[in-house]
Amino acid sequence: MTQNDAFISIQNVNKYFGKFHAINDVSIDIKHGEFFSLLGSSGCGKTTLLRMLAGFENPTSGEIYIDGQPMSGVPPHHRPVNMVFQSYAIFPHLNVRDNIAYGLRKQKLPRAQRDALVDEMLDLIKLPDYGDHKANQLSGGQRQRIALARSLILRPKVLLLDEPLGALDKQLREQMQLELRALQKTVGITFVFVTHDQEEALTLSDRMAVMSNGRDLQVDTPTRLYESPINREVASFIGTMNFFDGRVKALTNGGAEIEAVGLGNLCTSNIPPNLKPGQSVCVAIRPEKLSLSRDAQSGFNQVKGRLDNAAYLGERSHYYVSIEGVSKPVAVSVQNRQRANGNGENQCPVWLSWEDNAFVVLGNG
Amino acid sequence: MSRHSYIKRPNRPLQFYAALFLVVLYLPVLFLPLFSFNTSIYVKFPLTGFTFQWYVELMDREPVWAALMNSLRVGITTSIISTGFGVFAAKAITRYRLPGKGPLIGFIMLPLVVPGIIFGVALLVLISRLGIQLSLVTVTVGHVIVCLPFAIATMIPRFEGFDPSVEEASADLGENAWWTFWRVTFPMVFPGILASLLLTFTVSFDEFIMAFFLSGTDPTLPMYIWSQLRFPKEFPSILALASIILVVSFALVFLGQWLNRDTQATDLNSE
Repeated sequence: MTQNDAFISIQNVNKYFGKFHAINDVSIDIKHGEFFSLLGSSGCGKTTLLRMLAGFENPTSGEIYIDGQPMSGVPPHHRPVNMVFQSYAIFPHLNVRDNIAYGLRKQKLPRAQRDALVDEMLDLIKLPDYGDHKANQLSGGQRQRIALARSLILRPKVLLLDEPLGALDKQLREQMQLELRALQKTVGITFVFVTHDQEEALTLSDRMAVMSNGRDLQVDTPTRLYESPINREVASFIGTMNFFDGRVKALTNGGAEIEAVGLGNLCTSNIPPNLKPGQSVCVAIRPEKLSLSRDAQSGFNQVKGRLDNAAYLGERSHYYVSIEGVSKPVAVSVQNRQRANGNGENQCPVWLSWEDNAFVVLGNG
Repeated sequence: MSRHSYIKRPNRPLQFYAALFLVVLYLPVLFLPLFSFNTSIYVKFPLTGFTFQWYVELMDREPVWAALMNSLRVGITTSIISTGFGVFAAKAITRYRLPGKGPLIGFIMLPLVVPGIIFGVALLVLISRLGIQLSLVTVTVGHVIVCLPFAIATMIPRFEGFDPSVEEASADLGENAWWTFWRVTFPMVFPGILASLLLTFTVSFDEFIMAFFLSGTDPTLPMYIWSQLRFPKEFPSILALASIILVVSFALVFLGQWLNRDTQATDLNSE
């Protein structure tokens, strides 16, 4: 039995493909009704983990519980989960209606009731007039919705989504993200969502796991993953991060004073547990938590640097500032409130400033 | 602006080569129908006159009809058995990680290159050792061996042509392997099955060497032709029979290819 109230409990799961260690001792608990994302670069094991939830792969060791039931030896067609495949896997020989009704055969519903269920689904995915279309007459976004409807009509306990938005263009993807999130709230089903797109994961998830090389590095809410990554790998995977070497000078009430190379002393309460004075640490700050100015500010933590380079990103620009004693230029994000003038490469001296607690102290690993 | 891209531009020497190729391949064969409409019983130029006489004569021959029925029975049985095996062999080859897959495929395709006479003698020795009477059944066994590579070669592209996650989706939606096969796999490979049935039927229908070694008292159609070649005055009728077989075989194989034409097309459309 599970020792907790988790709806899906992945416990010490390992998976080997031959000698390749695809999943390395992963334990994750997912709550009922949660939108949970598995985020990682390709080959990190996120899809393998999803396929183990669906029953297409079996763990080499460890156990997966869904709704309290151990899933070892339970074949895919007996699991209370449904999957939306990356390729959508729409049945090409059936029309939209028959695709959506595919899983209903066993329920032996009267025809009228079955048609009503399919109509309800067609409305839900906003394709009410598409019932008689063949699969190969549909666009990527439409196929994706049919794959969703085909799964949701069975009222699964868990819906698994394998990069379902990966093949869509940016505009459609953003629209589908919103729709997916609204849909999940409507149907109240636990979603497990695999993606390599960090923005997508941050936007959609209640909680998410960052995976790398078959391990789960950190499982947390999007906010905490972004603001307080536990180590350098997580910090650099999500968003842009500036790293500095440092040393713990003193522990204060709920925080620490760090002496960072190139920056001097700084105070933060974003610290890992078991920090000891004198310990070498890595401190990090997001580009948008730094302010850039031509002149020194009064009353702020600040450091002088030289403007190296600029990257124009539309709504904001990234400026790269070199600081004495720091090997890599520091990225600073600035909102382009005024029209950008693009004079970012003039080597002019600038000041970088930050507020207390803007830095995060990373644990080892 | 040119209408032709680099790869699609016309290539005169290649077109000439293709035409020459077809002429060399099929011109000799076309003499059969030509002389089957000739009034003379001798196969030589000049042609003496046009007649349907040989075809009419053919219709009146009891042994021809008997041999035709034998060939149909062998052909239909062979095509069903070899296509049945072919479907599952092709599924296994394309879907599962098999140890020694390469050599296995090589062995399956071997009957295509091993001389028929060797297979025929080997089977004859085996069957007589086992004390089995030669009959149309033994011919069918021989034909299944000959036809299996054709069936598998026809089915493999069909299986490779569709996304295996479609089968996974069926399992995911609650169907076991049996229902998944009938509701998804079978309808998707069905054009390939038809093509394989037609192709293996044609191969069996036209096959001579195996039938020569393995048939008992009931001849197949090619066996019957062979037996009649000794009689010069029968020859025009044999030409007529051969012409009919030729046309029917061509028609069946082309029909099979046409039914199976969208192997690649469905795949491209799904992009």
